[in-house]
Amino acid sequence: MNGAPMTQGSQPPLPAGDEDLGHWVSNEPFDATYQPALSPAQQRYYSAPQWKLIWWKFRRHRLAVVSAGLLAVLYFIVIFAEMLAPYAPDSRNSQYIYAPPQRIHLFHEGEFLGPFVYGDHRKLDMEVLRRIYTENTAKPHPVRFFCQGDKYRFWGMVEARFHVICPAKDGVFYPLGTDRLGRDQLSRILYGARVSLTVGLVGIVLSMTLGILIGGAAGYYGGWADLITQRIIELLRSFPELPLWMALSAALPATWSPVTTFFGITIIFALLDWTGLARAVRSKLLSLREEDFAMAASLMGGRPHRIIYRHLVPNFMSHLIASATLSIPSMILGETALSFLGLGLRPPAVSWGVLLVEAQNLNVVALYPWLMLPVVPVVLAVLAFNFLGDGLRDAADPYH
Amino acid sequence: MLSYIFRRLLLMIPTLLCISAVVFIIIQLPPGDYLETYISELRASGEQVSLERVAFMREEYGLDQPVLSQYFFWLSGILHGDFGYSFEYNQPVLDVIGERLPLNVLLNLTTLCFIYIVSFPIAFYSAINQYSIGDYTFSLLGFLGLATPNFLLALVLLWLANAWLGVSVGGLMAPEYIDAPWSWAKMGSVLTHLGVPVLVIGTSGTASMIRRLRANLLDELQKQYVVTGLAKGLPRWRLLLKYPVRMSLNPFIADIGTILPSVVSGSSLVAVVMSLQTLGPLLVRALQSQDMYLAGTIVMLEAFLVVLGVLVSDLMLAWLDPRIRLQGGLRR
Repeated sequence: MNGAPMTQGSQPPLPAGDEDLGHWVSNEPFDATYQPALSPAQQRYYSAPQWKLIWWKFRRHRLAVVSAGLLAVLYFIVIFAEMLAPYAPDSRNSQYIYAPPQRIHLFHEGEFLGPFVYGDHRKLDMEVLRRIYTENTAKPHPVRFFCQGDKYRFWGMVEARFHVICPAKDGVFYPLGTDRLGRDQLSRILYGARVSLTVGLVGIVLSMTLGILIGGAAGYYGGWADLITQRIIELLRSFPELPLWMALSAALPATWSPVTTFFGITIIFALLDWTGLARAVRSKLLSLREEDFAMAASLMGGRPHRIIYRHLVPNFMSHLIASATLSIPSMILGETALSFLGLGLRPPAVSWGVLLVEAQNLNVVALYPWLMLPVVPVVLAVLAFNFLGDGLRDAADPYH
Repeated sequence: MLSYIFRRLLLMIPTLLCISAVVFIIIQLPPGDYLETYISELRASGEQVSLERVAFMREEYGLDQPVLSQYFFWLSGILHGDFGYSFEYNQPVLDVIGERLPLNVLLNLTTLCFIYIVSFPIAFYSAINQYSIGDYTFSLLGFLGLATPNFLLALVLLWLANAWLGVSVGGLMAPEYIDAPWSWAKMGSVLTHLGVPVLVIGTSGTASMIRRLRANLLDELQKQYVVTGLAKGLPRWRLLLKYPVRMSLNPFIADIGTILPSVVSGSSLVAVVMSLQTLGPLLVRALQSQDMYLAGTIVMLEAFLVVLGVLVSDLMLAWLDPRIRLQGGLRR
């Protein structure tokens, strides 16, 4: 509470009415050390650590809070995709090719059954060579919960059959329809979240590490280190982005396994993305290293490494996190775009971009529009990261 | 000023050299070369491969030599105006690119104008009427535009255009004009086909432009000189147009660095989906089939435009905003 205005202890009531006060002086003795008492709320505010201030400010940004919740749900899906999906991503059903989304009902002939779907009448229209599915309302297929279904390996390790939701014993459950091989669209979208949502996170962690390391060195040491980094950054920034992405991903051998390709692509994103962060780190460090506390730390014998990462970087970490959040969406969209072009992940890997490859031609839009559904989570995730980043940036800015 | 421009132009040379080396290495990274792909493709379809021709091409284009000498071969070719030979199209790279370049430039310049023309009034309106219903609507639309992968938007719009308006889909002109010489009819066909691609490619650009312009304008509107001007009785519109708007135009200019290359291929994805005859799909195809000189030339062309664009935008920013000084001070 330094610099708070000093006020009089207690003021005598001013004369009422419009009469002229003249030159008015209080008779109270002057107390130079007087400070107004803080209310408990003020006390709490002034003594709160920085992260708490950020949190309070962030909480006021409604949209950002909602986005954070949505992202939490999405990442929950990423972790438990196998259990949440009713089917395995590659389990085919040749009876249900290009089946449209099934409607989920609750009441059968006026009787409450819980969520269920009706079976289908399937018929091949020979005139247009198209499968026609109509609801067979005679027999309901109630959806089962917490049940045994398709076999999977949880995170590729533990074998299990447990699903949160499964189709009826002799029925099917395709709430989002099926693709050209009769694979469940919902399950594939859930599995796809795993790749599509982690590509951004892993990429951003890599590029932040690179950015802080390189930008930190450049900003703290200055001189030659700075000059060389600046030139490299300028060079990297003068590459056209999309063509470079494409060229690099084309260079990934087609024989690599999906996992290796995935890491290859995240590394490509990170290698091209760190420049912005490094610049920010550098310019912040250039000004911060002149501060007294940096000088004090180095006089006390702190090594540069310690000064940079213990004393300087925490000063603008929140900013870095906010700006990193804002650059995740471009990675998610980038993965989608590259996979869509056939330069990113390839089947049998499942990602939202790979799923959208199925929706590449006009027939799909006209006949099987549900194949475009993977775009919904893409849009949601991108929007959520954008709002979250906006909220974080506003909250982390001490001058607002 | 002149000496500054000259220095920047000189600095472009080493930058471009570095870029060319990196580009060449990246394109060479995948194992094998185009001729191997070519031979195996021919063999797979049961055709005879003329070994002499393959050997001739391999020698002619130095594919049998180490990467380093291939690079210098390519580089010296560029300096002589020979950008190499496209194996896939059996034509010099310049001819392949030249065929598509005019359409490309036309498409992207139109998109650019679209972005500027649409985003300026909307951003202006949104900033002046902050938190109005219109502002919210435009912000929402803008966010959606940013978040939707535009290749999907392309598909949906194509379908709508076909289903509702009966416009023939895909391409930049009706099929019968593709190999025809330029004529008024062809021009007309191109113009009618331009609408959907421009709308699609322009969406995300417009959305981000609106966001930045609006933010900039809002910042400016809070500054004291605006209040002073109002207090002194300057007419509102005159004040707005004369000062804050002029200051908030920075993103228009600063973006030239990224926009110039997009004039060449900012729209690869959309172009692939809509089968537009532009450079984007050409680059994708060339990268996949390791048609290295073609791919390399396109990427180099864009790198050149980025470097040039950054210079142009620096100069224009200085011209627009007298507070920016180029000499001295710029480095810090």
